[in-house]
Amino acid sequence: MLNQLTISELTEKLRSGEASSREAMQACLDRVAAVDGKVNAFISHDAEDALEQADAADAARKAGADKPLLGVPIALKDVIAVKGQPLNCASKILGDFVSPYDATAVRKLKEAGAVVFGRLNMDEFAMGSSTENSAFGVTKTPWDLDRVAGGSSGGSAAAVTADEAIATLGTDTGGSIRQPAAFCGCVGIKPTYGRVSRFGLVAFASSLDQIGPMTKDVRDSATLLEILCGHDPLDSTSNPEPSPQLTANLNGDIKGMRIGLPKEYFIEGLDPQIKAAVEAAVKKLEGLGAEIVEISLPHTDYAIATYYIIANAEASANLARFDGVRYGARVEPGAGDPNPVFNLYARTRGQGFGAEVKRRIIMGTYVLSSGYYDAYYLRAQKVRTLIRQDYLNAFEKVDAIVSPTSPVLPFKVGEKADDPLQMYLADIFTISCNLAGICGISLPCGFSADPKLPIGLQLFGKPLGEETILRVAHAYEQATDWRAQKPQI
Amino acid sequence: MEYEAVIGLEIHVQLKTKSKMWCGCANEYGAEPNTNVCPVCMGLPGVLPVANEEAMRLTALAGYLLNCEVPRFAKFDRKNYFYPDAPKNYQITQYDKPSTQNGFVEFEFGGGLERVGITRAHLEEDLAKNFHYDRDSGMDFNRAGLPLLEIVTEPDIRNADMAHAFLNALKDIMIYGGVSHFDMEKGMARCDVNVSVRPVGQEKLNPRREIKNMNSFSGVRRALNYEIPEQIRATKAGETILQGTVRWNDDLGITESMRSKEDAHDYRYFPEPDLMPFEPTDEWLEEVKARVVELPLARKRRFMTDYELPEGDADVFVQNVPLGDYFEVAAKGVKNRKAVANWVINNLRAKLVEAGLEIGEVRFGPAAIAELVELVESKRITSKNAQEAFGIMFETGQAPTSIADEKGWKPADAGEIETFCDEAIAANPGPAEDVRNGKDAALNRILGHVMKLSKGSADPGQVREILTRKLKG
Amino acid sequence: MSDDAFDIHYVANLARIELSQEEEARMGAQLGDILGYVEKLKELDVSDVEPTAHAYPVKNVTRPDEVRPGLSHEEALANSPRVVNGLITVPKIVE
Ligand SMILES: [Mg+2]
Ligand SMILES: [Zn+2]
Repeated sequence: MLNQLTISELTEKLRSGEASSREAMQACLDRVAAVDGKVNAFISHDAEDALEQADAADAARKAGADKPLLGVPIALKDVIAVKGQPLNCASKILGDFVSPYDATAVRKLKEAGAVVFGRLNMDEFAMGSSTENSAFGVTKTPWDLDRVAGGSSGGSAAAVTADEAIATLGTDTGGSIRQPAAFCGCVGIKPTYGRVSRFGLVAFASSLDQIGPMTKDVRDSATLLEILCGHDPLDSTSNPEPSPQLTANLNGDIKGMRIGLPKEYFIEGLDPQIKAAVEAAVKKLEGLGAEIVEISLPHTDYAIATYYIIANAEASANLARFDGVRYGARVEPGAGDPNPVFNLYARTRGQGFGAEVKRRIIMGTYVLSSGYYDAYYLRAQKVRTLIRQDYLNAFEKVDAIVSPTSPVLPFKVGEKADDPLQMYLADIFTISCNLAGICGISLPCGFSADPKLPIGLQLFGKPLGEETILRVAHAYEQATDWRAQKPQI
Repeated sequence: MEYEAVIGLEIHVQLKTKSKMWCGCANEYGAEPNTNVCPVCMGLPGVLPVANEEAMRLTALAGYLLNCEVPRFAKFDRKNYFYPDAPKNYQITQYDKPSTQNGFVEFEFGGGLERVGITRAHLEEDLAKNFHYDRDSGMDFNRAGLPLLEIVTEPDIRNADMAHAFLNALKDIMIYGGVSHFDMEKGMARCDVNVSVRPVGQEKLNPRREIKNMNSFSGVRRALNYEIPEQIRATKAGETILQGTVRWNDDLGITESMRSKEDAHDYRYFPEPDLMPFEPTDEWLEEVKARVVELPLARKRRFMTDYELPEGDADVFVQNVPLGDYFEVAAKGVKNRKAVANWVINNLRAKLVEAGLEIGEVRFGPAAIAELVELVESKRITSKNAQEAFGIMFETGQAPTSIADEKGWKPADAGEIETFCDEAIAANPGPAEDVRNGKDAALNRILGHVMKLSKGSADPGQVREILTRKLKG
Repeated sequence: MSDDAFDIHYVANLARIELSQEEEARMGAQLGDILGYVEKLKELDVSDVEPTAHAYPVKNVTRPDEVRPGLSHEEALANSPRVVNGLITVPKIVE
């Protein structure tokens, strides 16, 4: 089945003429039709447009074109703008908004020849860790349809795992690529802040957000990331560095590499099955010739508090533009309303946003409000410095850091919905990566027994250290066969 | 008790760039509504700002022109408030680290020089333009995202006329410096006025009122001429002055209070995470400094001191910069600078207007004016000759000495003039008698005769001397 | 930084979000918990620490002052809920 292939496998078949892009696209669409009613990875997709793009790719190939992603179906999280496609951020508030422009990441995918299709489900405005905060229903992990896919890029993780797309893009502000990758059993990488342009990514927290690939194997992540990276003059926070070579050194050789094991990450509350799987993975890395070094990240315990102050403060301003004035679903005030403009705003936003988004905007507004800025926001930015310094210190001694991606296994739909703080605390392993601005990857490292649920292994790299963590992840992946196991939907 | 007003101004000035502050939309006045717009300046989901480098330069340039510091670190912040003219519901501005601060403007007022302090001049984005109808308000986003310089003065202004004079000086600086078109009718400059009154001698400031969105200097003057006496009257009558924001109603000639937003003062400023800090280098600052021009007042004073010109001449050279620059070259090394100024202002300027030419199109260089003045000064030719010579120079570009040679103008020799004087006295016996009897005015008639005989080559002063000696001994 | 000061009604108004009384009560309690949790940052002495705005700092990012094509008038207004005379409209703003 063509939809089950990786980018490298499909590209080979497209190049040899063994398969066409239309066939691959059709296989993905058939799979969506077959399973998405259960998984709910997609908010919407335009089959006709997808097939047209596939036909155009086939025609281009016939005419002699060869691009790295020519004819490869790739689906996107509903927070990345594609010209002519709906952009909802899994929220009601955007109404029937259609983007009049392409995100830079999308432009790069298109230039590389990809068939860009579908809007993938997510937590509304990327706020959440379970894809339960969506106006378009919950996305489930393909391994157990009673359990969540993780979030916020739950749709992206589930779609690629369930073979509904060859690869997908997600976004990661505090773990939103890596945690659902762990919950669904795929590979997801959060690049160094500034590596991938944020232009056209609807901002949640500007200083933390990054777009990243979600794929079936490590090589595909390297392939996609190589295409997505590079300086963008439309994003002032974009790194000036040229796009790195990421696929060239995926040779399985990690001998002599020093890998740090942070003692603060093996905490109470870490699921014993996850602990066991990660310890086994660490042994495996050691067996491959890596040197395992215990390290300390002393400010780990402050990361969640720091994160929720900074991210929500930025979000409170970023989401102010959703007001029903220039676009989106407006709630008109009643006739004779004494305060019509105020009420237009307050009702549009009160009814348009879901509970989690409202909670975070209100918290973010509060921490910035008169008299509280220093106590919350400024203090959090200073603690951020300490957290970042922890990592930079650790990277003096090691080339990469290994940890579990999540302390918990995929949980049941609704299980944590009423306790936002408990939900936040489960982000403990992923969040500091964004605060420190480093890169991180999650890849499968085993399964729990009864129910069988995937477990994710996380690797952190230094700023701009994607090549290193991809090399380690690839070596581990080659030495194990977790990828061969597929969910039965 | 005597009262005085304490006035500070906030002036918003659109910068003279080709494109907007954060996007490539045109900075153009008068386009059809919502045609100079893009995802960035409409605040669509997913967009990001990138700072216009020319706007950054013009801000630093304005700083230098306003005698400000240009700090080595500046950043942008978000000012959060909901209003339909703000596409993102926050305005990108500079809060605690502005691009430039701590300067002053010097200007002429009341026969002397006044100085008003500039607290800061920071860069921000303009907002959409609102149109109000019966039931709706409509927004044109063409103006949204234009680079806007907000200039904040110290409360150094004491009355309406001084505010007016300051604003005129500021406008001159901004236009002269190439920072802004400063066209108030087109909304390119807008002014908020903060005013309070206090007994003369009191240090402490009283609660102030802010008159918002003034769009003419004369309006500012009229509003202050209403607001100041009104505040003094109210204070004297023991009424409390309602602090807050008012609007000037030019039709009724009164200020009226505006509906205040309950949370107007909780702007929740925080550093704009989509933009990086700006830390200008020496090289960058030097580049900006090279664009600093001499300001009107400084130029005027320099022309008056360095060239000893009267105020009127200096004003001409301030208003007409190329003419003044031309004068400066012409006057180099010439002793009688006033004579040079006279030629440039009275002759050259008039001829240029008559011929519809620019100064760059004149056929002779400034050195020719200097040469002409020297010919007259050295009595080589008379002023009458010089007038004729100037006409020829303007037509042909021929050098004045060469014209004089060609015309055969030469200083008449003393013996010849003695002879002409004798002849003229003989030819005018009546006037000669009158002069002998003390009627000096009659001398002019004989002098005219001498000039005629010499074909204008005689120096009238010298002739007058000779005639006086001959007639009155 | 005490959560006693947290007035959800005031802050929700500032954020222009209308909440039902039930939402106010529930969210107020949840946010109280969260604000209580973030108090832990007070344990750290950060008096000598510089704040981090961006983890990967670059500076002096500008673009040349060039005009580039934007959206057509129609594209610009295509997503707007209410347009009159080419203007995006809201109920009359009273100043
Ligand atoms: Mg301002
Ligand atoms: Zn624009």
